[in-house]
Amino acid sequence: MADVHRGSGSRIIRWIDHRLPFMAMMQHELYDYPTPRNLSYWWNFGSLAGIMLVIMIVTGVFLAMQYTPSASLAFDSVERIMRDVNYGWLNRYAHANGASMFFAILYIHMFRGLYYGSYKAPRELLWMLGVLILVLAIATAFMGYVLPWGQMSYWAATVITSLFSAIPLIGQGIVTFLWGGFTVGDPTLHRFYALHYLLPFIILAVVLLHLIALHRFGSNNPLGIDMKGPQDSIPFHPYYTIKDLFGLCVFLLIYAFFVFYAPNFLGSPDNYIPANPMQTPNHIVPEWYLLPYYAILRSITFSILGIPAKLLGVIFAFGSLFVLLIVPWLDTSSVRSSQFRPIYKWLFWVLVIDVLALGWVGANPPQGIVVTVGQIATLYFYVHFLILLPVLGKIERPRPLPSSIAAAVLGDAAGVAAPAAPMGRS
Amino acid sequence: MWPTRLAKLVAVAAGALGLLLIQQQSQAQETPPLPQQQWSFDGIFGTYDKAAMQRGFQVYKQICSACHAVKHLYFRDLAALGYTEDQVKAIAATDQCTDGPNDQGQMYQRPCRPSDPIPGPFPNDKAAAVANGGVAPPDQSLIVKARDGGPDYVYALLNGFTPAPKGFQVVSGKYYNEYFPAHNISMPPPLSDGAVAFADGTKATVPQMAHDVVTFLAWASEPNLDARHRIGVRVFLFLIVGVGIFYAAKRKIWAAVH
Amino acid sequence: MADLTDENIRHAHSDTTRRDFLMLTAGALGAVAVGATVWPFIDTMNPARDTLAASTTEVDLTPVAVGQRLTVAWRGKPVFIDHRTTAEIKTAREVDIAQLRDPQSDAERVKKPGWLVVVGVCTHLGCIPLGQKTGDDRGPFGGWFCPCHGSIYDTSGRIRQGPAPANLAVPPYEFTGNATIRIG
Repeated sequence: MADVHRGSGSRIIRWIDHRLPFMAMMQHELYDYPTPRNLSYWWNFGSLAGIMLVIMIVTGVFLAMQYTPSASLAFDSVERIMRDVNYGWLNRYAHANGASMFFAILYIHMFRGLYYGSYKAPRELLWMLGVLILVLAIATAFMGYVLPWGQMSYWAATVITSLFSAIPLIGQGIVTFLWGGFTVGDPTLHRFYALHYLLPFIILAVVLLHLIALHRFGSNNPLGIDMKGPQDSIPFHPYYTIKDLFGLCVFLLIYAFFVFYAPNFLGSPDNYIPANPMQTPNHIVPEWYLLPYYAILRSITFSILGIPAKLLGVIFAFGSLFVLLIVPWLDTSSVRSSQFRPIYKWLFWVLVIDVLALGWVGANPPQGIVVTVGQIATLYFYVHFLILLPVLGKIERPRPLPSSIAAAVLGDAAGVAAPAAPMGRS
Repeated sequence: MWPTRLAKLVAVAAGALGLLLIQQQSQAQETPPLPQQQWSFDGIFGTYDKAAMQRGFQVYKQICSACHAVKHLYFRDLAALGYTEDQVKAIAATDQCTDGPNDQGQMYQRPCRPSDPIPGPFPNDKAAAVANGGVAPPDQSLIVKARDGGPDYVYALLNGFTPAPKGFQVVSGKYYNEYFPAHNISMPPPLSDGAVAFADGTKATVPQMAHDVVTFLAWASEPNLDARHRIGVRVFLFLIVGVGIFYAAKRKIWAAVH
Repeated sequence: MADLTDENIRHAHSDTTRRDFLMLTAGALGAVAVGATVWPFIDTMNPARDTLAASTTEVDLTPVAVGQRLTVAWRGKPVFIDHRTTAEIKTAREVDIAQLRDPQSDAERVKKPGWLVVVGVCTHLGCIPLGQKTGDDRGPFGGWFCPCHGSIYDTSGRIRQGPAPANLAVPPYEFTGNATIRIG
């Protein structure tokens, strides 16, 4: 198939390809690329994230053509997009809800990685680049949220930039620098706009590195064992292209539901009130995808070793991302997939519940039970990664691994008997 | 393997739902839950009721506009209420808009045109605050989207001017409203039975006027809802067909591997 | 079983046509989806409702004496109003229309002979011709002269020399009174 395709290419394509082997690279990386034959639907979310990033960039560029990044005009220019620009409402709702979709996809993608041990050798850098994408996405989303210049935009910007004031000595100076003034204002909005436009392209570059790292050893799989031969893999096209397209269609249904029927469900009503530097809304909540970090930030209400609570909160909130970054070295088990790790499998789900609990804490005013739940969940989050994960690897007895992917999928006899066709032909 | 995994997913989902319920309960303590109203724009096929919007605009014009602006609305937008171009022109001409500067360098007043924004009652927020006991009446063109509970909240608020319960101290110069956070609202009860005479003969009761004006305000805050719902249905039908076709194609292609 | 070359799969399955039909339908759906998605984005770049609703411009002509010219803004563009002298009207009407690059009689271009109203944008590449201010070079036909590429218009705003392909456009306008017009 591959050769047929190459042979049928026009002479012009062959002429170009001889000098600039772009088509050959595409052929190799997207067409023939040997992929484990047993990937589940949880593996759809990587390509889905890529598609979502493209949707965000496209909608964003078209919104930028209508938006005015000035404190006095930003809110009205967004309303003009919503009311007067042709399909402006569709573009803006697709962009605003797209951010939520992107994070939902990223989180599912990462939890999948955690469940199946996709971060383990030799895929440590692949995982770390992924965490870097998350960090950049958070920064981009935060700055994008400021742009409509509503009440939540304004106060989110104030609160989050003020985190830096926790840094001893130079903190306040840094905050003034970030603002470009004495409060969040016009200069802040302008620079956030510039950076909000820039960062997605940096994300795109990191995604490219992420893909290079991925294609070095290929995808992990639900069994967590390496591909040992051609019988373990199938070419990416048409098997996974069609599977990804089907997944995309299902995803688009969910996305379209939000865009067309619940466009403001994930947003805050307060952001339809223009920014007012003289009045803070009663209840400031970040977007749902930042709630767990926000919960950790607020859970540290005490000082340790003379470090003030404010600084500790910031350290622990950012630390949650750093912990993710070093997971490949925190997990000492040599077995990747939770399917063969009877204890970790349960701890994984406890972690999922823990993160959901943090999200709930972040959404509610810090009073009474909410504070206690937040502190326990924060503690557990760190215990999971810093204590349970390293210790478990030493004491857990994994179940026996299958001899190969093919053996597990097709039964032992088939696995042995399978001819080496898929790889042999390309 | 799958059933247990599914069970776990269900458990997690149930847990999340439980948390949400707790959250809703904790929020519900201060003001009573909003009564759910029937709106013409509810649901995936919902559209704005034009007759209700015209009545609502009449309520806005004759009552609300004395204090509240709708600064994101232009006269030309009123065509969406079912008015003809000439009717819109006539409505616009009843208001005075500021234009200029003219050749003498002076701003001047002239009858409004469809391309003008609907002028508000006050030149700026400070003037609005001074004229209203220190609190500027909020702009109404986004009010439905800018409040938790949306149309149900605004409707409940307009109907929520009940006598204060025993022992509740209403701040001087404020009014008791069941649904307003902390119950002390600066707005006096705006609606009373028969306050307007509807052109179509509908009886102008307070609930009727509230329902109509909220329909108008819901449109004002989301004028493209009709198009959104219409396009959404098409997109959904298309995607459902797409899911079916791609699933069949996927099954067909993967038949050789399984 | 795992022999997955396309040829083998084709031969292994008798219902090739059904598969091809599926692929074609899927491909067609994809194409429609892309088309339907691209259009809203492109359309955001078309003039928005507020732009299309751009206001009309009312002009009071009383202060403009015979022989004077006035420039007003309409949709962000300059509109030239020329209170023409009898001599200017005469030259504009005496031109042999067949000789013109963009044949139009003067009567077609005005509502009242004394008043010429044209959009002051050169039909070549959009510069604003000279001739409105006293002392401007009006070119050899007494109308307007575009300094960018040398297009020359006559007292009816018709192109007479230079690269411009068409006469200065006449905007939609009407006399709302004896000496007032509304443009747009």
